[in-house]
Amino acid sequence: MVDYELFNRNTQAIIYGFQRNPIQRMLDFDFVSKREKNSVAAIIKPTQTAAISYHNVFFGNKEIVIPIYKTLDLATKKHPNADVMINFASFRSSYETSKEALESNTIRTVIIIAEGIPERQSRKLIKIAEERKKNIIGPATVGGIVAGAFKIGNTAGTLENITLSKLYRPGSVGFVSKSGGLSNEMNFMISQTTDGVYEGIAIGGDRFPGSKLIDHLMRYEANPKIKMLVALGEIGGTDEYAIVEALKNKKITKPIVVWVTGTAAKILPKGLQFGHAGAMADSSKETADAKNRALREAGAIVPESYEDFDKEIRKTFDKLKQEGIIQPVEDFEPPAIPMDYNTAVRLGKVRRPTDVVVTISDDRGDVPTFAGIGLDTIIKDKKSIGYVIGLLWFKRELPEFAQEFIEIVIKLTADHGPAVSGAHNAIITARAGKDLMSSLASGILTIGPRFGGAISNAAKYFREALQKGMNPLEFMGYMKNVVQINIPGIGHRIKSVQNPDVRVQLLKEFVLNNFEKHPHLDYALEVEKLTTSKRNNLILNVDGCVGITFLDLLENLDFTKEEIEDVIHSEALNGLFVLGRSIGMMGHVFDQKRQRAGLYRQPWDEILFTD
Amino acid sequence: MAQKNIYEYDAKKLIASELPKYYPDFKYHNKLVIIDSETDLEKAISENPWINTEKVVVKPDQLFGKRGKANLLLLDASCDEMKDFCYSNLDRVCEIGNVRGALKRLLVEPFIPHEKEYYVSITTERDGDLIHFSFEGGIFVEENWDKVIHVPIPLGTDITSFDLRSKLPDLGDAKGVLIPFIKGLYQLFVDQDFTFLEINPFAITGDNKVVPLDVKARLDDTAMFLHADSWGNPNNPIEFPAAFGQTMSEKEVYIRELDEKTGASLKLKVLNPVGRVWTMVAGGGASVIYTDTIVDLGFGEELGNYGEYSGNPSREYTEIYAQTIIDLITETPDPAGRSKYLIIGGGIANFTDVKATFEGIVSAIRNSVEKLKKAKVKIYVRRGGPNEKQGLELMKQVGEETGVPIEVYDRYTHMTRVVDLIKQAEEAGGI
Repeated sequence: MVDYELFNRNTQAIIYGFQRNPIQRMLDFDFVSKREKNSVAAIIKPTQTAAISYHNVFFGNKEIVIPIYKTLDLATKKHPNADVMINFASFRSSYETSKEALESNTIRTVIIIAEGIPERQSRKLIKIAEERKKNIIGPATVGGIVAGAFKIGNTAGTLENITLSKLYRPGSVGFVSKSGGLSNEMNFMISQTTDGVYEGIAIGGDRFPGSKLIDHLMRYEANPKIKMLVALGEIGGTDEYAIVEALKNKKITKPIVVWVTGTAAKILPKGLQFGHAGAMADSSKETADAKNRALREAGAIVPESYEDFDKEIRKTFDKLKQEGIIQPVEDFEPPAIPMDYNTAVRLGKVRRPTDVVVTISDDRGDVPTFAGIGLDTIIKDKKSIGYVIGLLWFKRELPEFAQEFIEIVIKLTADHGPAVSGAHNAIITARAGKDLMSSLASGILTIGPRFGGAISNAAKYFREALQKGMNPLEFMGYMKNVVQINIPGIGHRIKSVQNPDVRVQLLKEFVLNNFEKHPHLDYALEVEKLTTSKRNNLILNVDGCVGITFLDLLENLDFTKEEIEDVIHSEALNGLFVLGRSIGMMGHVFDQKRQRAGLYRQPWDEILFTD
Repeated sequence: MAQKNIYEYDAKKLIASELPKYYPDFKYHNKLVIIDSETDLEKAISENPWINTEKVVVKPDQLFGKRGKANLLLLDASCDEMKDFCYSNLDRVCEIGNVRGALKRLLVEPFIPHEKEYYVSITTERDGDLIHFSFEGGIFVEENWDKVIHVPIPLGTDITSFDLRSKLPDLGDAKGVLIPFIKGLYQLFVDQDFTFLEINPFAITGDNKVVPLDVKARLDDTAMFLHADSWGNPNNPIEFPAAFGQTMSEKEVYIRELDEKTGASLKLKVLNPVGRVWTMVAGGGASVIYTDTIVDLGFGEELGNYGEYSGNPSREYTEIYAQTIIDLITETPDPAGRSKYLIIGGGIANFTDVKATFEGIVSAIRNSVEKLKKAKVKIYVRRGGPNEKQGLELMKQVGEETGVPIEVYDRYTHMTRVVDLIKQAEEAGGI
């Protein structure tokens, strides 16, 4: 790259700070400018843990990734050709990060975006840059642009503005200003009065900008593709006198149209902050009027007021065109960039089908809702767990007897001692040093046809019997001869007619007292009469009772037949058992962890070794 | 803004606490009292008994100099004389350099008898700092500016090993005091992020102690975060006072408070309450240019305000800002019945949403239709940026619906052309 160029169509930058929007805007600019390679080589995100991660962006229609590094050091090693760093670090850390970039061997130009960097820190950076022959743009700037080649961060605003201002291809005008806020206005105005901007830089409004107006004007003077210069100076400081000197010494020979803003300061109260940090006239030499006068006397084209700035620029351009110094520019239709999906959605321009339909809850508003009921209401009205289960499992506000039934079932199923497979597995896993989730999961995974299965099987077969209209005797025969299993839910190891299971009694009592109808329980009790007549321990056990009374619960709610089918089909009954038993299994896990219990190994004497 | 003036009182206190770190021989009396109209004078005297026992100096501490020439410097005074001076001067309105303002703060300190007055100041430049020194300090330093010696100190210089003596003239007996004092002062200047420090004059007392008499200083307020242990203490930050005579009206205070609440920027300064040309311009750079052009085209005396809004303020904040300006422009209709002009201007925004901000302005206009008509306000709009078409359309609509005269221009009209249009309208006799 030649000395007078800071950026061209091959320039790649490292972005300090993970700035999604400016990065995408740079790539969009690259695409409409028909750059071959995108202009962002890498991103630095000091807060990330990984040494390298990736950020996906669009380059036109194509999605590509840009590496994100934790350190600048690694980024410069991996991307030795990226010679620009755009520093989005805050004013607090901008000095250190800019210094690091200036002291690197690969970064040639640093753009400092942050506003409010202490002057002494800026001056130290300037000194380093001078010693190491580096360039700084900023602080306190939006950056700049080389039309059709390279765009710094947020410069030039929206894509629409870039297109309207013809910044996707070079014109003949080199522009420099202090203000970044006005750079859009100037880029567009220049595109209307000339063949457009070749390069436009905003040096920033600080008292000690990293590069001065004159630095960029001298580059433009040296650049054969730039035919005329436009500069917008500002009250305060003496930088504009460097332009005066350059004109007098014939170091600037290209036509230059300049305006120094702040002419109104003379009528404003002293000490009023008027524009930028650097915009305060300390002496009569630093006033806008004095600078405009000196520039005019030195041969710059200076309008009478900003009001005529556009006319003077147009006049100067037309003259150069007449003289044949400026050839017609090659224009083209910039390729269209597809609208961002989010923008299109906002504008109502696109629609897409969803992948997931959710009907039970919504967390998008101020308060999450369960089946339309706000969580705040649920808490304030002291609703029960049974009520919440009703909302989330059955999408209804259950009547109180149903809420209570559910809670009884949860309590009944919460634990059944350490020896059953679920608790046992949970204990073994916990003692193997695994975490709560793994231990609980290994317990839950044993729930199935044999463990906990009696509940759902009892529900299944008793329901079938009732639906098919079998009498209890037919049902017993059916189970014995056709299904060929013992009737699920009937029989207990110890408990008998004479020694009833108190859990079953309580549940039965609740159902008989609170359910309007209970056909399944009635039927099961008929079956029990027959089975206990054979053997006195063939009683309706707790699993059977839970399964069967759950069917009765459904009969007492405003469920249609089809809805009852859905509830059973969706394994809500298993859900109740899993939910209840998880309480106990977690209890066992906590119990083992509290004791710091060591690894469990099954004793040999429990195992028969044989071939 | 980076460079901010501080009170002489604060500057001296800062020197008193920090300078001994570099120049341990600096033994400042640290006797400083501020008297304002709230001060209980008797209490202040009893808390600072030296006022009664020593001769004192009294002078305003409100960021202006040449106090002796303005007859506002009481020297070698007794306690009673000091009291009289305070009573007769506090809250008195006087004119300093064409600015009228009330005397609000008086600084009392011991009178230091001295024969010789020295001058020292430090300023900053791009590639280094400058130490200015003169044997001819005091009120005549400006007349004797050719006698001031300027010593450039390149950035990053280790001042302790810097050969300052050879850069200064023969300091005679005073060199043993002056060299370490100036070097210490320079270290203080650098380490505390001063951008300007002038001690004019300072004296050397019989026991070879340096005493700063008058001090002017500016700090770099952007460096505040680096000085939490001195002047940037977030719980007790140093005050950056407004220039003498600058008071804020109720509405200006209101906008400043609003500005402090938002990440966006809202600025307002009323220049002429009965002015006929008012601005509501987006962006700091554009606001300067509109103001310039209004002055350049001859409306300086009619300019009502200076201000700007920027940084994508919310619709609500923009509405409040617009309403405030509309209230100001309509407050007093022109006695001669002439038109008033409101420029709702701006360049082409980078990212400020023109539609959203204009929605705020439009509702302020809708709320003020009668006022605007009564004050014969004509509105000129020029703006570009994201959603510019919709934003400008809103402005056109509100004009058509309410009958408030509003002319709307887009990016294809030169930014300040509306000022020229106002000029033409004026020449044609208003609306």
